[in-house]
This record gives sequence, C-alpha cells and structure tokens, in this order.
Amino acid sequence: MSFMDYAPAPESTGILNLNEHYGLFINGEFVAGRGENFTSISPATEAPIATFSTANVADVDVAVSAARAAYDSVWSKMSGADRGKYLFRIARLIQERSRELAVAETLDNGKPIKETRDVDIPLVAAWFFYYAGWADKLDFAGLGANPKSLGVAAQVIPWNFPLLMLAWKIAPALAAGNTVVLKPAETTPLTAMLFAEICQQADLPAGVVNIITGAGETGKSLVNHNDINKIAFTGSTAVGREIARAVAGSNTKLTLELGGKGANIVFDDAALDQAVEGIVSGIFFNQGHVCCAGSRLLVQENIHDEVMDRLKTRLSTLRLGDPLDKNTDIGAINSREQLDRITALSAQGEAEGGERWSPACEIPSKGFWFAPTVFTGVSPSNTIAREEIFGPVLSVMTFRTPAEAITKANNTPYGLSAGIWSEKGSRVLAVADKLRAGVIWANTFNKFDPASPFGGYKESGYGREGGLSGLTAYLEGGAA
Amino acid sequence: MSRLAVPKTYKLFIGGKFPRSESGRVYEVNSVAGEFVANAAQGSRKDMRDAVVAARAAQPGWSSATAYNRGQVLYRIAEVLEGRKAQFVEEIMLVEGASAKEAETQVDTAIDTWIWYAGWADKYTQVAGQANPVSGPYFNLSVPEPTGVVGAIAPQTSGSLLGLVATIAPILVSGNTVVVVPREDAPLTAISFAEVMATSDVPGGVVNVISGSPAELAPWMASHADINALDLAGAGSLDWASLQIAAAETLMRTLAPVEGIPASSLNRITAFTEVKTVWHTKSLI
Repeated sequence: MSFMDYAPAPESTGILNLNEHYGLFINGEFVAGRGENFTSISPATEAPIATFSTANVADVDVAVSAARAAYDSVWSKMSGADRGKYLFRIARLIQERSRELAVAETLDNGKPIKETRDVDIPLVAAWFFYYAGWADKLDFAGLGANPKSLGVAAQVIPWNFPLLMLAWKIAPALAAGNTVVLKPAETTPLTAMLFAEICQQADLPAGVVNIITGAGETGKSLVNHNDINKIAFTGSTAVGREIARAVAGSNTKLTLELGGKGANIVFDDAALDQAVEGIVSGIFFNQGHVCCAGSRLLVQENIHDEVMDRLKTRLSTLRLGDPLDKNTDIGAINSREQLDRITALSAQGEAEGGERWSPACEIPSKGFWFAPTVFTGVSPSNTIAREEIFGPVLSVMTFRTPAEAITKANNTPYGLSAGIWSEKGSRVLAVADKLRAGVIWANTFNKFDPASPFGGYKESGYGREGGLSGLTAYLEGGAA
Repeated sequence: MSRLAVPKTYKLFIGGKFPRSESGRVYEVNSVAGEFVANAAQGSRKDMRDAVVAARAAQPGWSSATAYNRGQVLYRIAEVLEGRKAQFVEEIMLVEGASAKEAETQVDTAIDTWIWYAGWADKYTQVAGQANPVSGPYFNLSVPEPTGVVGAIAPQTSGSLLGLVATIAPILVSGNTVVVVPREDAPLTAISFAEVMATSDVPGGVVNVISGSPAELAPWMASHADINALDLAGAGSLDWASLQIAAAETLMRTLAPVEGIPASSLNRITAFTEVKTVWHTKSLI
C-alpha cells in the first residue's frame, strides 16, 4: 500500500438480518412460489445471499386477484388522507432502516455503498414522502374533481436501481389509489423483499402491495394477465416493444422507461473541471448501469485534447473494488451476463477503430468487474456510438458548431437524456430547446428528484415518472 | 340556356401542393342517393410516404414559430373557413345527405372548434407544464413540446369536416405536423379544407391530406419509422390492434379510436406532446 492509498473502510454487514429464503409477498404474507427457487448472489464476490421463489402463472394470478380484492374492498374506498398516512409511514420506516437497506442493496446489486447510502435510499424515502402528500390532493392534479384511479397496476423493474425503481413505481400508484403487483429483477430481488417487510411493519392493508419474484417468464405472465389496468415497465427497449405489442387493442395504460444513448455535450466555454466531474458521473455513476447515462461524449473539437487529459487524470484517481468499502467509486458489474455484453461491445468498439483507454486498476479476482473505459476517435456510425452498452464505457466524438452538436446528439433512435456544459446561459437554453430528449441536465448530470418528471422521447419509451406527470400516469384521463 | 357548370378536380394535398396520386388511381364519391358527385384521388403508400417527407421537413419551422404566431396562423384558417362556409355546406349536403341546417351546424361547429384549439397555442404549456421544487440548487422546469410528425385517421362515420377539424387541430396547436386520411366516402370537405390551408398562412407540409382507403393506408402509417405518433380517432372499424402492434416497433405513440367526433380537450393536445424536463445548476452565492 502506497502512501496515496486509502485503508479499507468497509461498511459492516452486521446490520443485516436476512432470511435464507424469501417467498412471494402476496396479500400481506410471504408464501411459497410454485416455480423453482433461485439464488441471488453478490456480484462482487459471487457468494450466495439468499434464495427466492419463482412465481409461475398460477402465482401471478393469485397475486393479481389479491391486488384486485384489496382495490375493490379497501384501497379504492379509503380516503386520500389515510392512503397518504400509510405512505408517510412507509417513507419514515425507509428512513429508519436506511442503513440496512443501503447495505442490502450494495450487497445484492454490487454498486458502491456511498451511492446506495447517499443517493438510492434517500431518494427512495423522498419518493414516498413526495407522493404521500399527493394522496389527498388529487383534485389539484389538473384532471378535474375526484379523478379516478385505474385499478391494479402491474409493474416490472430492472436491476440497476432496485429499490429506487420500486419506489418510482409503487409510491405514485398507491397515492393515486391503485393497488400493485410488482416484480423486481431476478438478480436484485433482495431489497424488494425487505420493502415487503416494511409494508407489514406499516400495517399496510393486505393485497395493496404484492411483490412476486422470478425471471422474464414471471414478468411476461404478469404483464399479459387479463385483469390489470396499468403496466409500468422499466428495462430494455426490446422488452418494452413486446409489452407495447401485448397491450395493443386494449385499454391497459402503459408507461415505458426504456433504453438510452445520452449525449453529454461539452462546449469550449464550459467550466472544464465541473464538466469533467459531470462526464464522470454521467457514465461511471453506478458502473454506467443507467438508462439515462451520458454514454456519448460530444466535445467541441478545439478542447478535445485538454478535456481528454483532464478526464484521464480524473479517472486514474477512481477506486474500483469492494462495493461495501466507503471509499469505493466503482463497484461490480451486476451480473456475468451483463459483463459479457459490455466486454463484447467494447471489443467491437476496438474492432471498428475506436481507440480504447482504461486507467491502470487492479481487478478483484472474484466477481464481475469492468474497468472504466474511454473510447476516442469514435465515429457516429460505430456500434458503441449507437447501441446502449449499459456499462462503464464512454464513446467520445467531437463537433465544431452548436448545430453539429445538436444533430449528432439527436442522431439516435433513443431520446432519454442529454447534458449541456457551457457557461453561456443563452446557448444552454437554445441547445436545450433543440435536443430531442426527455431530461436535459445543464451543467450537471444524473440528478433525480421525486418532484421532477423523468422519461424519454422516441424509442426510450413513453410516459413520465416523477412529479405531477408521474402521478397522473396512474389516474384516469391522465397521460399515457 | 343554363350555364354549363365547371366541376372541381379533387386531388391530394402534400407539401402545400395539390398533386394527383402517383398511382394514377381515383375513386368515385357519390351522394347518399348513389349519384356520382366527383372523383377523389385514391392515395397510395408512396403518396403517404411523400407526405411524411413533407411533414418532417415542415416540422422544425412550424414548431419553432412562436406560440403567438402559431395561434394567429391557426386563427386565420378559421377566418378563411368562415368566408367559404357556403361551399362546405353544399359539399356536406351533397355527399353526407345532411339538411341545410345540419350542414350549417357542422360547419359552424368546425369553425368554433378550430378557434377553441387555436387559442390554446400560447397557453397549453402553462397549464400542462410545471416548475419543479427539487431538493438542491437547481432551476427545474418541465414543459410539453410537440412530438413531431403525426399520422391521423379522421372519423369515418361522423361529419366529415368537423371530424377532420377535431382530429387535426389539437395535433397542430403544439407544433406537430400531420398526415391525415380523411373520411373515405366523404373526402371533398377535406380537400376543400386543404384549399383553405393553402390560401391562409400555414406553411406547406404542416398539413397533408391523403384521401383514399384508411384500411390500405393506415398499416403503412403505423409501420413508418419517421412518424412519431398515430391518432387512430377514426380507425374504430379497422383492425386497430394490429396497427398498434406495428406502431410498437418504433414505440410510436398511439391514441385509440373514439366513437364519433373526438371531444375538444386539452388531453388531445398533450397526447401529441413530450414532456421535456430541464435542470440547470444555480450558483452558490
């Protein structure tokens, strides 16, 4: 250990009190699933954490029935004020158990503890707190007096922000008066099950929240069930397309948060140190497992070399390793499957002529890891400039004029996010107007807030989550 | 001796021009009694694709016009329409078999509907947008903006002019451009309406009218990768589930069929918009 290194500072897992096995959470109780059990492992060590049940078609049916019964007999009849109180309770319980949830999330997902502790879990609590307050104010949602809830919502979420995605889905659905059946990703079911315990602690009426685990088949059974009124899905564009086809011709409302290939545009009048921090958080936050990641860096040609120098210097200071270590910046890739995909796409980036660079960093012997990677000399037609990699891989391109930057930024079937770095306000606003993306960060990146709508244009999906739009997505007459 | 009448040739409306269908096809438009009234152009896939090209080309200009200006241009259409009322009343009576009173009511309602929507141009963002109180030193606004090029099937069994107006007005207000298939058996008012467009201040390509068979044209629309949203208002008798399935390939936004005339609503405007959220840092002072 050199004098520049940090001593290990691991967060203790002693705070956890996990079960060896978690069943399905249906009608307020944990029950066995009829499918085969599966094991969730820690991607940093490959050590098993717990086993989980797989919900088959029959289990899905039971869960949807429980949600329907709870909707008809309890939740749709309860006053908004009381629904809000339950959500406030949940928000408080999340705050009280936040350290435990952060450790569990890091263990199961592989992301650094400083992210789960400072970003994921505080946002989860904030999400419930924000929507709790909406529950008795639906008359002010812009849809007239007494807007109606939809009924039962089927919700399928990804593995990149497991508990946060759960909060994005469940908080607005419940505030608006719906009941839910939610399926977490098969590689990250742990915190959803801890959330089920929180629902029990909050005395949430049975059946209002049902959480079923399993792989893609379980999700398919859920979204294809004929007694659901709303589907909210976050995940790949390919699966989003399948769901859009499945609901064709029906009245089922649909919110889709899909892939992205966000452009992060750096103008030559940007504050460069801040811009470099923004580039880093844009693509290396959460190992790049972020649908709105700034995976395409568009840097003005005259500052390309300087930005690259500063970026490489900065990346050389990032610490990759044990996600539970409080000093860790880059954690583990969530699964072997995802690691293989990142590896293959990066190899293709090299094969197509991109110049590949990574800082010198030691890769742990066990687990799934990928060093932060920067490709320069990328052409807009290259695979790594077009396909979502969903990993810590940045593709760098250049531009000369704002018009060229806008054209290149919009040259993608996706339209989720974009970043603009410039100290000139008039330029920022003009460029923001022309970018075809649902979330635009100017002189910042990857910021999320329950009050702020999030969602994509074009093939990044439709509907918004967060803010007022996120609420009306669960009300009749509302968007999407 | 009575004067020999000069019948009108009804053509398509693409990019501000009135071409015949490239396919060379026409179909007969008849009165309710079955008498020949006129030939209408039978639009083809190629016509539809040409119209999408025109609509795409016109979209940046139309959406970047100021909201005030867009409102005025749309209002101007209502003015021109009012002046040509008699022509529309006649076409509606002739083809739809409406009484003079019914036809007049339809035209009046169409004009009033158009004006109602025109007035939204510089207001809908205020009603549908939000300032978001995020936890941090950030300026944060969410504002709806046009989704792009919209394909639309106008109502096929209700008043032909009112159905067309109630379908395309909310699409245009926010700055979208449109390719619309009017009522198949009563397309005359749509083409005459295109003449209203051509003589008001709407830029060419903002509205494109392809008369013909919705059953033939809609699938090409739904699978067109450069159409951002699809209004199936008048597609109730088509296999619209299949259209939505085709539209899913590009995650095209779709609005399901309605019975009769689409009711005037803010929702029909926002259905063809995308919410854009912009964050900007505030400095610490």
